[in-house]
Amino acid sequence: MSKETSPLWEVFVRARRGLSHTHVGSLHAPDAELALRNARDVYTRRQEGVSIWVVPASAITASSPDEKDAFFDPAADKVYRHPTFYEVPDGVAHL
Amino acid sequence: MYGNDFSAPDDPPGGGLLGEVEAAEAALREAAARARRSGAAPGEDLDAYFADVIEADQKIEPRDWMPDDYRRTLIRQIAQHAHSEIIGMQPEGNWISRAPSLKRKAILLAKVQDEAGHGLYLYAAAETLGIDRDELVELLLSGRQKYSSIFNYPTLTWADVGAIGWLVDGAAIVNQVPLCRCSYGPYARAMIRVCKEESFHQRQGYEILHTLAHGTEGQKAMAQDAVDRWWYPSLAMFGPPDADSTHSAKSMAWKIKRFSNDELRQRFVDMCVGQAEVLGLTLPDPDLRWNDERQAYDYTQPDYDELMQVIKGNGPCNRQRMEHRRRAHTEGAWVREAAAAYAAKRAEKKEKVAA
Ligand SMILES: [Fe+2]
Ligand SMILES: [Fe+2]
Repeated sequence: MSKETSPLWEVFVRARRGLSHTHVGSLHAPDAELALRNARDVYTRRQEGVSIWVVPASAITASSPDEKDAFFDPAADKVYRHPTFYEVPDGVAHL
Repeated sequence: MYGNDFSAPDDPPGGGLLGEVEAAEAALREAAARARRSGAAPGEDLDAYFADVIEADQKIEPRDWMPDDYRRTLIRQIAQHAHSEIIGMQPEGNWISRAPSLKRKAILLAKVQDEAGHGLYLYAAAETLGIDRDELVELLLSGRQKYSSIFNYPTLTWADVGAIGWLVDGAAIVNQVPLCRCSYGPYARAMIRVCKEESFHQRQGYEILHTLAHGTEGQKAMAQDAVDRWWYPSLAMFGPPDADSTHSAKSMAWKIKRFSNDELRQRFVDMCVGQAEVLGLTLPDPDLRWNDERQAYDYTQPDYDELMQVIKGNGPCNRQRMEHRRRAHTEGAWVREAAAAYAAKRAEKKEKVAA
């Protein structure tokens, strides 16, 4: 299973209706169809999912955690994006 | 190394080993939610940042900077763990076609399939550290990396399948539960998955022995014989005694390993004594007795010279296990080639349609 003929796929599983797909791990397969079948056998032997996505690992662009501070900085000083920032006067309902 | 350490439960919610796995999972979420104490910024002092994350019981993730030695240690440990799961299918695979009933056969098949799955979760975790699957497979096939020596013992009777589930999977769980708290994220997550599945393995083995031990005289004798043969090799699964154990201190500091070999072995012995009593079987150790002072059982150590011999390749089944693995890999080549050819053909067709 060389890298060219059997590349790496990342596997995402939706555990139940109403939940989003979550990353569970990776596997090797020659194509998407086999990746799906392998994912079913490797990651959902106990009904852990109702839906599976497989994505070629090479197609993922990631922000590196090492750049965490700089990359996510712009959100750090915007506390006003959270409802808890605002003071609600006494007696106001449904806000 | 079928995992070589063990974790101490802070306060297992569910109780028992499964409870500890749940506790580890909860701790993982809790640590992730906790902000890291200020300290070094990631870009400035790499070493200090790494130490900070470990200190805060948070997880190191694949794209984080890490010391080369940490990476190398993890690759070796995870790879050897994965190889153990893969080779570990053979001793029990030996009994699938001869299981005593359809129910037992279906259960054993599911168990062995789980071990294949464990190998795959672990290879995937190792690959996040930058090593290729091909390289990992080659390291096993060429004998440059080891697998747990327990799998170099033969399965002579059906009762061995029970003894393996109870003792070998049991020892593996004791080793692996602490790994659920390992500092490397992908390994910790894989171990949580593995441990939850292992608990079925241990129970099915125990049930086989319980059934045999409460059957005819002959069946009970068969169960006792299996326990007699598997007890000491299972104790040896925890590795050499602490005094002779290499790599331990660093792994402890990095929170890869959390308990020493001897601590884990003691814990395993203490668990097994009561379980053996319920089975009505005897653990083959005349010196096994409760020590009130230590609040633990005194027991006879396994033969570590024998362990070293098996690790060196001189166990009863080393050659057979490796030959079988190599043959399976070679004989499966056409399947891999056919799947690749089919994928290439379909990709070509798609391109033509698009053109
Ligand atoms: Fe396993
Ligand atoms: Fe197992």
